[in-house]
Amino acid sequence: MTTLPEQTDKKLGLVIDLDTCVGCHACVISCKGWNTENYGAPLSDQDPYGANPSGTFLNRVHSYEVQPDQGTAQLIHFPKSCLHCEDAPCVTVCPTGASYKRVEDGIVLVNESDCIGCGLCAWACPYGAREMDQEEKVMKKCTLCVDRIYNENLPEIDREPVCVRTCPAGARHFGDLGDPNSAVSQLVKDRGGVDLMPEQGTKPVNKYLPPRPKDALPEIDVLAPYLDPVIGEPKGFLGWLDKALEKI
Amino acid sequence: MNQPKIDLSPKVSDEIRKTTCYMCACRCGINVHLKDGQVAYIEGNRDHPVNKGVLCAKGSAGIMQHNAPSRLKAPLKRVGPRGSGEFEEISWDEAYQIAADWLEPIRNENPEKLAFFTGRDQSQSFTSFWAQAFGTPNYAAHGGFCSVNMAAAGIYTMGGAFWEFGQPDWDHTKLFMLFGVAEDHDSNPIKMGIGKIKGRGARVIGVNPIRTGYNAVADDWVGITPGTDGLFILSMIHCLMKAGKIDLNYLAQYTDAPVLLNCDEKSTEYGLYLRDENGKQLVIDRTTGKLAAFDKPGVRPDLSATHRAKGITHVPVFHNMAKLYLSDAYAPEAVTERCGISAKRIRAIAAEIGRVAFEEAFELDQEWTDFRGETHKTMTGRPVSFHAMRGISAHANGFQTCRALHTLQIILGTVEVPGGFRFKPPYPKPATAHPKPHIGMTPGAPLNGPHLGFVQGPDDLALKDDGTPARIDKAFTWENPMSSHGLMHMVISNAHAGDPYKIDTLFMYMANMSWNSSMNTGGVMEMLTDKDENGEYVIPHIIYSDAYASEMVAYSDLILPDTTYLERHDCISLLDRPICEADAAADAIRWPVVEPDRNVKGFQSALCDLGAKLGLPGFVNDDGSQKYADYADYITNHERRPGIGPLAGWRLGEKGLQSGRGGVNASQIDNYIDNGGFFVKHIPDGAQYYKPWNMKYQEWAVGMGLFDSPQPYLFSLYVEPMRKFQLAAEGHGERQPPEHLRQRIKDTMSPLPIWYETDQQGNEGFTINALTQRPMAMYHSWGSQNAWLRQLHGHNPLYLPTKLMRRNDLTDGDWARVSSPHGEITVPVMEMAALNENTVWTWNAIGKRKGAWALDRDAPEATKGFLLNHLIHELLPPKADGMRWANSDPITGQAAWFDLKVRIEKTVAPKESRPEYPPIKSPVGQGPDTLAWKVGK
Amino acid sequence: MHPAPSVIFFSVFSGLGFGLLVWLGLGIPAVTGGSAFAFFAIAYLLAVGGLISSTFHLGHPERALKAFSQWRSSWLSREACCAVAALVLMGLYGLGLVFFDARWTLLGVLGALFSIATVFTTSMIYAQLKTVPRWHMPLTPLNFLSLSFAGGALLAGQVTAAAILILLAGGIQLLTWIMGDKRLAESGTDMASATRLGNIGTVRAFEPPHTGTNYLLREFVHVIGRKHARKLRIIALVLMCLLPVLLLLLPFNHILAVFAVLAHVAGVLTARWLFFAQAEHVVGLYYGKR
Repeated sequence: MTTLPEQTDKKLGLVIDLDTCVGCHACVISCKGWNTENYGAPLSDQDPYGANPSGTFLNRVHSYEVQPDQGTAQLIHFPKSCLHCEDAPCVTVCPTGASYKRVEDGIVLVNESDCIGCGLCAWACPYGAREMDQEEKVMKKCTLCVDRIYNENLPEIDREPVCVRTCPAGARHFGDLGDPNSAVSQLVKDRGGVDLMPEQGTKPVNKYLPPRPKDALPEIDVLAPYLDPVIGEPKGFLGWLDKALEKI
Repeated sequence: MNQPKIDLSPKVSDEIRKTTCYMCACRCGINVHLKDGQVAYIEGNRDHPVNKGVLCAKGSAGIMQHNAPSRLKAPLKRVGPRGSGEFEEISWDEAYQIAADWLEPIRNENPEKLAFFTGRDQSQSFTSFWAQAFGTPNYAAHGGFCSVNMAAAGIYTMGGAFWEFGQPDWDHTKLFMLFGVAEDHDSNPIKMGIGKIKGRGARVIGVNPIRTGYNAVADDWVGITPGTDGLFILSMIHCLMKAGKIDLNYLAQYTDAPVLLNCDEKSTEYGLYLRDENGKQLVIDRTTGKLAAFDKPGVRPDLSATHRAKGITHVPVFHNMAKLYLSDAYAPEAVTERCGISAKRIRAIAAEIGRVAFEEAFELDQEWTDFRGETHKTMTGRPVSFHAMRGISAHANGFQTCRALHTLQIILGTVEVPGGFRFKPPYPKPATAHPKPHIGMTPGAPLNGPHLGFVQGPDDLALKDDGTPARIDKAFTWENPMSSHGLMHMVISNAHAGDPYKIDTLFMYMANMSWNSSMNTGGVMEMLTDKDENGEYVIPHIIYSDAYASEMVAYSDLILPDTTYLERHDCISLLDRPICEADAAADAIRWPVVEPDRNVKGFQSALCDLGAKLGLPGFVNDDGSQKYADYADYITNHERRPGIGPLAGWRLGEKGLQSGRGGVNASQIDNYIDNGGFFVKHIPDGAQYYKPWNMKYQEWAVGMGLFDSPQPYLFSLYVEPMRKFQLAAEGHGERQPPEHLRQRIKDTMSPLPIWYETDQQGNEGFTINALTQRPMAMYHSWGSQNAWLRQLHGHNPLYLPTKLMRRNDLTDGDWARVSSPHGEITVPVMEMAALNENTVWTWNAIGKRKGAWALDRDAPEATKGFLLNHLIHELLPPKADGMRWANSDPITGQAAWFDLKVRIEKTVAPKESRPEYPPIKSPVGQGPDTLAWKVGK
Repeated sequence: MHPAPSVIFFSVFSGLGFGLLVWLGLGIPAVTGGSAFAFFAIAYLLAVGGLISSTFHLGHPERALKAFSQWRSSWLSREACCAVAALVLMGLYGLGLVFFDARWTLLGVLGALFSIATVFTTSMIYAQLKTVPRWHMPLTPLNFLSLSFAGGALLAGQVTAAAILILLAGGIQLLTWIMGDKRLAESGTDMASATRLGNIGTVRAFEPPHTGTNYLLREFVHVIGRKHARKLRIIALVLMCLLPVLLLLLPFNHILAVFAVLAHVAGVLTARWLFFAQAEHVVGLYYGKR
């Protein structure tokens, strides 16, 4: 099982828009809620009311400050969960076959009943997408809500990952990145979506849409005509008033 | 390949119950999934008008709040000294008896001895009704320390405000500019809106000293110097007016710009509107050149023509505006240094606003008829929209700054037009249609009207016959005449000082006054525990209701334990702060999707019981029996006016159920539950824009019961009541301000928006601005008891701009001593480059008192977390004459949290952040060591 | 990387144990009977002890049998298979030596090969990880194998071979450190590639996702003790290499030999601690840490 499928029928994944993410953590907590109640063991928390609270999360939102050579620094919120790589190193290192990549849709999953909790898959993942649950002692990771996206007990519109469903800013998109005509593939094409750590050779399915250029409002020259005074020479406000009112 | 077979269609839950979130003030619709009768999972309700299915981190973490170990379990009676946290559990009967023993004599002798203030209350129309029935003038919610400037400025200027009371026209706007917003209100709709317009490629401009959250995704960020937003806005107004990039047509038709003002400096009506015998504002009609009432059919108000009558010249408001704002004092070059924005950039932004408003204007093919009877073939869109909140309002010049922003919106003609800012019902509603404050008190009887309102001049101030304040918080006095939300932040210090008078019982709900909801936190704790010469507490009795073991619990004598939001009835009512959208009226309920497993009661239900026990009118039947068994009973059966109740949906009409007006429907709550917990009534086509002047909207609103007759009005670029206060300060009229306030009233109460420096008295040597922001995943103090949310924000560094880090030789993780004229804290620091270079900030309300919220005493919230509150005093340092003025906006009394100035020095890391306070005893014990929350099979 | 004691002990002692088995399998020293028993007991104590200690860090050791299933793709699974094969083969071989005074040479050679394979697969568990550039190089298996052979020689009492191999292993260790120090920079993975925000400007981690710690930070971001790395490297090299060789050069004496072994083992343990503690997992970049 730990060999990767030659190819998958679909490449389901997420497209995350770094231009729109406001860093609200909605995806983080909805994920925690759904996956505590659903697939596999609950996501546990240690010392939840104490000095050093720490728990299992399958999705976390980082933030980075980027200082351009010229101009003001920018702050970019950066959600990160499993990227469901095509060449997923976490799968091939697994000694028991607990980790696998689904042939149907490319989702990388952990079969918890086969997991010995060795942690090697987490070592092999460059993205920090896998976390060992400290209570259950098995590896947890994003399932792309495999128990939602095909779930016939959910209305069709809800058959998407919870993080996508809950995202208030609409910064998360879900779809088949193997289909060049899918909405997500189009989005990636239009916005120049990128892979994280491409040099690691993991071929992530999830893509990130880079932030659009910031602070690009031209300083006045182009816009200057829009502020041409109503009257060329200052002749007091009554002169201005007369001229201004001619427009009505 | 033989993959494991997994169940792709597991059962999601046994049942979904739809109610309203209360993890913050946003009021989103939620689907609560239950398994085996327990809450299993919470998600957004797709049908709900507020959130349309999305839900923020707080909302999704509701399950952890609902099950938090910090929940109070039973009524509590204090047994140790105040502040110790020592309590014993008592029965509800005993709790009510204790309360009645304190309250009954007060009501019968001097009702003002009760101060009843509610915090993050979403039932103000009910709690105020209770307080009114009790008869005390001392009631308000927390608006005074939150964002009253925003509300009051909006309502006085244009009959509606930002908050959650209006919204940009997300579908049409092309330029969205937001000032000082960090997750204050309407949080999910703003995120959804920003996502929507960015998806369309519309520009977002963020004005905020701190580039986080919404400002992080803004296309352009203006890292303004705190407190100077008004100056920046007025400078843009200057540029736009000078260039004629203003909507003169809009100004002439829908605003008071053409309304004539008395120009005779000697007149007792100097600066007041010229009105006809019916009190209607007068304009010159361009077609006739004659005086006419502003709303006369067919009148074309003239922005320019002056009028001379009885020897007095009258000029339109527009003249005064032009005179004021065309002045070079507002030129970008004149303000650049104070604002910290280059003159070029101010012009660029003004030009862009003007370009989008006028070059990208568009027409919606929608006919409508205005209040003068004129029918317009189309609706003109001006796709520039604005939003602002506490960042600009929590300054001592906040009211005028908010007014300046509304003025900018109005001169662009972009309020209530396609692409601009739109009101949500029950707004638009001008200040004159709101009640005035009432203080008429009779022992043993109700107050003579609602406590809070909108003053129209000195006559409406809440002053006793001897001129002293009628209210404990000194709202509606010369110190802050237009304090429409009261001044909750002054209640404890005034009550402690006995100024204006002593009280007997302080009764509070959901307000963490001994910690993060007060300025001068340490001082407040002392005031609450201070004893007089007889060894009695200076504030004799404190009753407090909260669902959780907050810091305030320890400082109370009697605790009425509230339920969690999933265990209670509530109504998010059109009488209060409903969930309307710009094109729909809507309200909602909460209902017990699970029953409490503790001896607790929804606070409003407790008030029904207590009201009946005290025999309050409205809470007892004619035979003296209890009128409302609980809050649900009140919600269903109470009628504020005939046919108008707390809920507008499914009311009983002659032909069955109807919306808006109608009789009591015993199954109304069930109807709401069946509909997902909310009610929506859409505004008809043709009535959705130009609402203040659109007769179709006005008539629809009357039908809905929002008001009783059409009431079109003009926007008030010029706020006449402010001029009336100035007139008084100039010596006119019977009611006169005290001498020491005369000049300040003249200076600050300008009827046209101005900017003034906030009070810097005593701030010498303290030069750095210090701010707080609310993180998106936490709401006030509530998040820390939530096992999931507190992992996101378990402690808070003080963020310093790069320059201040370097100057003080600081690196990430170092500690600094931060001092203000009032106090000192020692806290960890972190560098942030995307920050105004003279501003520091931290997250709000992360710091916690040891022992509170069922956290361990060594929780990082208590050891590393901190509050800036310790640095802020409710009074400013003494002036030359020894007077200490309130640290509030002199117009509204809004707490000026963001005027704080500090000094920073590097220091060795202490063991814990300072000041340190001793632990309080937890009334509920502490939480478990591990959580693996899964319910059902 | 977090230097978990169980993994350090496992890799060091099983390396020694299998190293000794390699020598024994090749018939060096050519012992039988009681002395063979002693040698084999030591080798098995180390190898099996190491293996058992490696299960201490498993979440579910009771499922360990499943780890033999994925030898086609997983180095960890291969290691498990090789280790069992080596132990079984060498067990039979040892049985012959101890109880039957018989030397089944083919069995011994095969056992030695599987013992080498075990050490090699162990090293490949680390060397395969692109995510830890310091480990992801051919020197990692060389480092493990050379230490294993040297340690084995030392335990097998092969003074000359041990001295030469220890010096060789020391050289490889030094090279491993020198090359390892450059690996992260050479890998091309940095904050810019991690975030893909480098084209905007210099990327700096701002607020972490959670204010507290988490599994990833505990497991992959270990910075404590790194500042002593230089000193520890010298100590490791002295203990692992210089001291044992010095002791071996002295006239042979069992006590000195024991000291040589102890010094060597202490040195390898130190080096192995550094192997983990100094290893930078690229996930740390997301947290602005290495």
